[in-house]
Parts: sequence; C-alpha cells; structure tokens
Amino acid sequence: MDANNQIAQASNRNSADAALRFNAVSKSFERDGRIVVALDQVSFIARRGFVTGLIGSDGSGKTTVMRLAAGLYRPSAGRIEVVGIDAASNPQQVQSIIGYMPQRFGLYEDLSVQENLDLYADLHGVAHSERAGRYADLMRMTGLALFTRRLAGKLSGGMKQKLGLACALVATPPLLLLDEPTVGVDPVSRRELWAIVHRLIEERGATVLLSTSYLDEAERCDEVVLMQGGRMLGQDRPRAYTRRLEGRSFHASASGVSKRALQARIARAPGVLDATIQGSHVRIVTERAEPPAAALLAGGEFPIEIAPVAPRFEDSFISLLKEAGASAPAFVSNAIAARTAGADGDVIVVRNLSRRFGDFQAVNDISFTVRRGEIFGLLGANGAGKSTTFRMLCGLLPASGGSLSLAGQDLRAAPARARGRIGYMAQKFSLYGDLSALENLRFFSAAYGLGGLRRQNRVAWALEEFELRPFADAPSRDLPIGFKQRLALAAALMHEPEILFLDEPTSGVDPLGRRDFWRRINALAESGITVMVTTHFMDEAEYCDRLAIMSRGRILAESGSEEMRARFKSAALPNPTMEDAFVALLAAGEAPPASAAA
Amino acid sequence: MNAPRIMRLLGLLRKESLQILRDPSSIAIAFVMPVALLLLIGYGLSLDAKNVPLALVIENPNADTASFTAGFFQSPYFIPVRFGAVQDAEAAMRERKVGGIIWLRSNFTRQMLSAGAAPIGVIVNGADANNARIIEGYLQQVWAGWLASYAAAQGISFAAPLTVDFRVWFNPAVESTDFLAPGLIALIMTLTGALLTAMVVAREWERGTMEALLVTPATISEIIVSKLAPYFALGMGGMALSVAVTTWLFNVPLRGSIWLLMAASAVFMLSALGMGLVISTFSKNQFAAGQIAITVAYMPAFMLSGFVFDIASMPAPIRVITYAVGARYFVTILQSLFLAGNVWPVVLPNVAALALIAAIFIAMALRLARKSLE
Repeated sequence: MDANNQIAQASNRNSADAALRFNAVSKSFERDGRIVVALDQVSFIARRGFVTGLIGSDGSGKTTVMRLAAGLYRPSAGRIEVVGIDAASNPQQVQSIIGYMPQRFGLYEDLSVQENLDLYADLHGVAHSERAGRYADLMRMTGLALFTRRLAGKLSGGMKQKLGLACALVATPPLLLLDEPTVGVDPVSRRELWAIVHRLIEERGATVLLSTSYLDEAERCDEVVLMQGGRMLGQDRPRAYTRRLEGRSFHASASGVSKRALQARIARAPGVLDATIQGSHVRIVTERAEPPAAALLAGGEFPIEIAPVAPRFEDSFISLLKEAGASAPAFVSNAIAARTAGADGDVIVVRNLSRRFGDFQAVNDISFTVRRGEIFGLLGANGAGKSTTFRMLCGLLPASGGSLSLAGQDLRAAPARARGRIGYMAQKFSLYGDLSALENLRFFSAAYGLGGLRRQNRVAWALEEFELRPFADAPSRDLPIGFKQRLALAAALMHEPEILFLDEPTSGVDPLGRRDFWRRINALAESGITVMVTTHFMDEAEYCDRLAIMSRGRILAESGSEEMRARFKSAALPNPTMEDAFVALLAAGEAPPASAAA
Repeated sequence: MNAPRIMRLLGLLRKESLQILRDPSSIAIAFVMPVALLLLIGYGLSLDAKNVPLALVIENPNADTASFTAGFFQSPYFIPVRFGAVQDAEAAMRERKVGGIIWLRSNFTRQMLSAGAAPIGVIVNGADANNARIIEGYLQQVWAGWLASYAAAQGISFAAPLTVDFRVWFNPAVESTDFLAPGLIALIMTLTGALLTAMVVAREWERGTMEALLVTPATISEIIVSKLAPYFALGMGGMALSVAVTTWLFNVPLRGSIWLLMAASAVFMLSALGMGLVISTFSKNQFAAGQIAITVAYMPAFMLSGFVFDIASMPAPIRVITYAVGARYFVTILQSLFLAGNVWPVVLPNVAALALIAAIFIAMALRLARKSLE
C-alpha cells in the first residue's frame, strides 16, 4: 500500500502550475433506476507543458474524466478546475478555450478537410489574417496538405485522427483533451500522432491530456494517471512506475517443454505475480525482488534458464491491480477432452482467397495454412481485411475467388457440415443481454443441436469451467466485461468445436482479464483445438504460435512471432517489439497513404 | 451581435448548407417526400364515388325495367354489371367486385305504382359508409325522377312526398380533392418540418460531431439558429412545390393571395421546425427521432386538424386537444385561402395562434437543449 501513497503524493508536487485539476471528483449516473458509479474520488493534475496520459481499460472511467474536464458532465462531488476556471459552474467558459477531440474525432464526413478546418476556425474565432499561417503549420504537422479538398469521410482512419487533431488545434488552446486518439489505427499512424503531440509540446508549450488503453503508450507520456474501475491507481512519471518493479522481471526458457505448458506451470508457482508468453520465453514478474527458484518453477523435472530483464509499464499495472485487491484468476483445469484425431495435419487451408466489394478489394489473394492445436493470429489495423477474411472462413460471406477448407471440408461444398465444426466469438458482445447467463448457454447449445443429457452436461461444464455459477441467473448485460467475455467464449464452445475463431477477443479488457482469457485459450490449444484470432494489439501476437500481418487486404508476412521480430533486429533495434516489426514491414512494403504524403 | 458571434454563425450556416447539398437525405425529406405523399394521398384519398361497379339483377326484363336501368348506364358514378341471380351478385359483393346491388324482382311493374312492399331491393356495401351513402342518395334521386317522368308519360297523377333542394357552397363541383389537397399540404408540411430538424440534430449526435461542437465557443442559440435557418429555406421550397402540385396537378383553385399563403406558411414552418428541435432534445438517434416525429407530428395533424375528421363533431375533451395542434390552424388558413379567398377574419387569428405555437416550441428548444451530455 505504501507504494500507492508515494504515487498519490507525487501528484501534489508543484500543483501551482496545473492546467487541469481534479479534486476528489466523483461521478455517478442513473441507469434503469440504479445508480452506477463511474468515477470514485479521483484527484489528479495535468501539469502545464506536459503530456499526461490517462491509462486504463474499457469501463475504467477515462471518457468520463474527459467529458467532465470538457464541461460536458457535471461532477456529482468534488471540484474540477480548467486553467483556473471552475468547470461545473462555468462550462461554457471552459468549452470556449480548450481543444477537445472526442473518440470519434468529431469530424463532418461530408465536408472536405479544408471545410472542416474552416468551420472550427470560425467557431473558435480565429481571425482570417492568421489563418493561412495557422493552416500551413497544421498541414505540415499532420501531412494532410495534399488532401485539403478530399471529403473527411474518404480519409483513412489514421488521417481522420490527424484531421480531428488539427481541428482541435486551430485556436492554440491552453489545454488539449484527446480521448483515445490512437484506438484502432495502424501502428505507423499511432507513432505519427505521438510525434505530433510531442512537437506541440516543444513548439507551443501546449498541455495535453490523452487517454488510451494501450499500456505501451505509457512510456511516451510525461506523467501517467492509471485508472481501473472508476478509481485511480496512481499518478506519476512512467519511469517511477517501472522503477518500483526493478529486479522483479525475468525471462524463463526451457527446452523440451512447450512455451504454453511452461507458462501454465510458472503461473501456478508460489512467489510469481505474473507469467506471460513472450516470443519463445516466458516473462515472469515476481512478488519480491529476487529471481524465482528454478526448482520451484520446474519441480526439478527439466532444466530451466532464468535471466533478468527490464521491467515494463504493464508489469507495474499488474502489480498495482493485485495490490489493489483484484483477485488472481483461478487456475483453469484442462476439462476439455483432449482430441484423439491425428496430432498434426492442416486444419485450415486457405488458397488464393480474395474478396471484393464493388471496386474495393478487401482481401487480395491471400494463402495460409493452420495446423491442429495451433494458435494462429491475423494482425492488422482497422480496415486491413482481417474481419472480412474471418467472415469468409466462418462461412458468413462468400469468397470472390480462391478456395478454403476447414477440417478437411470444402466450405463451398459442405458449408453446414464445416460450420458445425467451428466455434465463433464475435468482436462485440453478441449474446442476448436480456437473457441470463444460463439461458444464453441453453439457447446456444440448442442452436448447435445439443439436446437432453448432452446439453445438461455441457451447460454444467460451462458454468463450472468459466466460473459463471454466481452469475447464472443475472441478465448477461449486467455482467462485468471480463465475465461477458467468458460467457461469449463458453457459448462458442458448447458444441465442442474443433476450430475456434476469435475476432478481437480482448479489446477493451483489462490486463488481468486478458491474462485469464489467454490462459483459457492456451489450455484449449493444448487440448488440440485449433484457434484463429484477429487482433490489433501487437502484444497479443506473442500468444500466437504463428501469425500473419495484414495490410490493405494483403498478407505482408507470415511466420512465428519470434522469427518475425528476429527479422527486424538491427543495431538500432537490438530487441524489436512486434510493433517495430509491423512498422518496418509497412515501410518495406507499400506505405500507408498518410505517411506517403508526409 | 459582435464579430466573433457573426463569424461563428456564418461558419455554422455554411457547414449546414454544404451538408444539405452533399447529403441527399434532407433534400429528399423536403422535396421528394411531400410530392410523393401528395400524389399518393391525393389520388388515393378521394371521397367522391366515381365509377363504382354496381350489380344489376333483373328477374323479369321488360320495357319498364329497361327504361329504369338506362339511367345507370349513362351515369358517370356507376359501372353497371348484369347478374342473372341475386346469389351471384351477393357473391360478387362479398368478393368486393361490386359496391352495391340493384335487384328488380319479377313483380317490378305490377308493384311500382302501388303502396306497400318495396319493388326494388337495394343492397350496398356498408363497409365503405361514404360510398354506401352516395349510392343510396343517388338511387333515391334516380328512382324519384324516373317515377315522376313515368307517371307523366302514362298520364297518371302522382304526388311525390318530398322534394329535396340541394346546394353546395365553396365546392360547387363537390370535388373532395379541392377540399382535401389544402389540408394535405398542412399534414405533409407538419411531417416534413418536424422530421428535418429532428433528424439532422439526431444525426449530429449519432456521428459524434455534436460532442465536438459542444466543446467550442458556439452557444446553444447559435447552434439552434444554424439548424433553423437552412431547413426553413428548404421546408419553404417544399411548401412552394406542394402548392404548385396542388394547383396545377389537382387543379385546385387558389382564390386568395399567394403572398398571404406563403407568409402564413412561413409562420407554420417555424412551428413545425421548432417541434422537430424539441424532439431532438429528447432523442439522440435518427431512427427514434423519426418515429417520434411521425407519432407526435403526423398522427395528430392527420386526425385532429379537421383535415379529414370534422372538429365540431368530436367529443369535447378531444376538441380541447385540437387547439394545441398547429396543423388545425394551418388547415383552416389553407382551406380559406384556396377555396374562399383572403378572408382576413379567418386568416389573422389562425396565423396568430401559429405564431404563438412556434414561439413556444422554439423557446422550449432553447431551454431544453444544453451544452452538456447529461
């Protein structure tokens, strides 16, 4: 606990130069007659000339903080000061001076880039004489100069995000609020956005409050406010978070043991706070600053190598979460009957698959194969063609060309039979919110044709395995996000499929929930189920045995995650991350439109 | 007004105009929907009985029956069809192939001049009460007229029990279109006006642009004016088009002044747009906004404006409610301007009522809309 206090105290330093100050702010909403607390006693400041990062998963209260700071919500308790103005009593005054970019950028899609800029310049009263210089400056920063006449709706995700930023910046605001500006855009655009934000700070001395759910962006902020479940876990410099974890992070590797089996084993060992797969290693965070005993991890059954590594921001988030009382997910039993079918063999075979919508080539001649029991990842930004590929694989969308077979069945010849062998978990929570967890499970098992005793057994298995019994009778829309995700996974597994498709399964889930989820997926893969997953979280690629990186409908590269990163190892990047690999691949192949213009 | 305020207003107005030009949906609501509805309802909702198929069952055809039925064949109101037996005619009526049956029994000639049993059996389809009444009335006239001329020809003295002197004012041709089309304009413009503003504001909420707009120096009144002005122009364009269709396509005379008509319409348009703005403060998605606009604007305008159903014959509590329906005043204004002329004592109080309603709606929109997401 005293680590938390240190961090809380840090926020009281130099509080005189705060551009934004939250003082014990709470916010609750009334929904269906119930009071929902969105924010509970949050106090932090955004210092002048700093980038303050508001980091947390979905539902942690980031957007509520942004809207309170913009005067769009009134606090239920506490005080908010924006450059010295009380936001609750003078919302219009706050709204008149700050720059604000909401999650969907706030652009008029049927207006051109220039018309959007003109509108916001008019609204903020930017004198006509100043505009030429201001626009030139913004266009130089964002690289949109060549596209001023294009309609905003026709821009790529990354360019929309930059235009949204430019619109929020026409008036040189003393405080800039950016609500999840980097979500869903490709890593190249994300890096460009961060470059713009840092240039703003240098050239204009601006103050930025930026929210994100990407933990790896913490290191790009001057200070980080960490949020979870409407509460603040702390405010400090990102280094201070990781410094506390010094000497507690290690890599473990063992030959002759699969990385998933090793990880499952280490996660259970005493003294281990966190164990995740990273490339061919297992990354360990220990409870105390000493290396874990090899004997404890391996039980003397196999040799194990342990090497210290630098702590990451995520390590400290995990440790803060656990200190704050979040329970570690329970051990997952291997209750799914191991498959007896031939151990190896290609379960998914895709050859020259294409799909066009009108004159738009969503998927362009892609081929890959996935073996039994493998976790195969499709990585790419929004619009890269991941979801279209997925829909074709699940038989939801006919292919324009090429062939695909699942578990030996040609999807075109026998779609119903092939579909009976797959389980699909959609990106958005696609169960019936009004039905209870139990009713949803019953419905999905009936939909898959399970009856009588078999249905009873499967429903009982799902409630047990996914620890859903306490929630069995609650309407599933009221479940916490992590449990919703478990329920969705359980529903996809009712008919014991051979292949499991997961479309962005962990987007918005907190790191503990993600670990719990991947532990289950690993157990499924170990039991012989083939798993295919799409994600735009680069670090999730680490959980995949092999992965394909997609951009604009094509597969740029396909290999194991370790090899993928090894390909881009250089003097400048001795230890490239998956994101580095992605960015290098995009640069080597066809560059995205925004960076081509810059 | 200071310079930044004018700059903001002009910026918002320019944005709104560009959106109107680029997004065909508001142009469709303003121009295509009124014309489509006018044509659909105008042609479909005629209250005149014309070309009604009529079954003739003549059990004993002779000179008398032929001279009696000849009238039906010449009438523009009926298309007579002969049937051999009354059962066949009844079957045809059940299948809605005919709107009525005239049944002349075998003793027609013998019975027609004597008192007592009715010599003609008439069955009309009461499901369409309006048609039924017209057939009935027409038949009585034909019967009385034919009987009189028959009696005169035969030299028999015959005293008709009653003569009816029938006159129609304002609508001498008894064309229901003349009466309905002006009311229809009121109905359609209520819907158009409310839909335009309710939908465009909901669209801003849906697309997330409203959230960005709120965090700017623009005030609520500026945002509301920027939503009213362009859609007022668009709505008045739709109004002019509807008047043109009514006068040229339906040949409804416009006896009053076109300028007075447009001035009254402008006041009415403000009340409809204002209602749409109030709806938009409750509903932040386009589908719900559209549903609400249809329910609270279109249905009362259809049922409580006196356009189809006579207000004077409504129960007192309902009659009170009609005073809150803007379309009620506009229907009255339109009907007098189209059919009677510039009747100032009718037009002025009704325009004043509309102005009051418009002011109330716009004041409500200003009060209810907040620069907040709560």
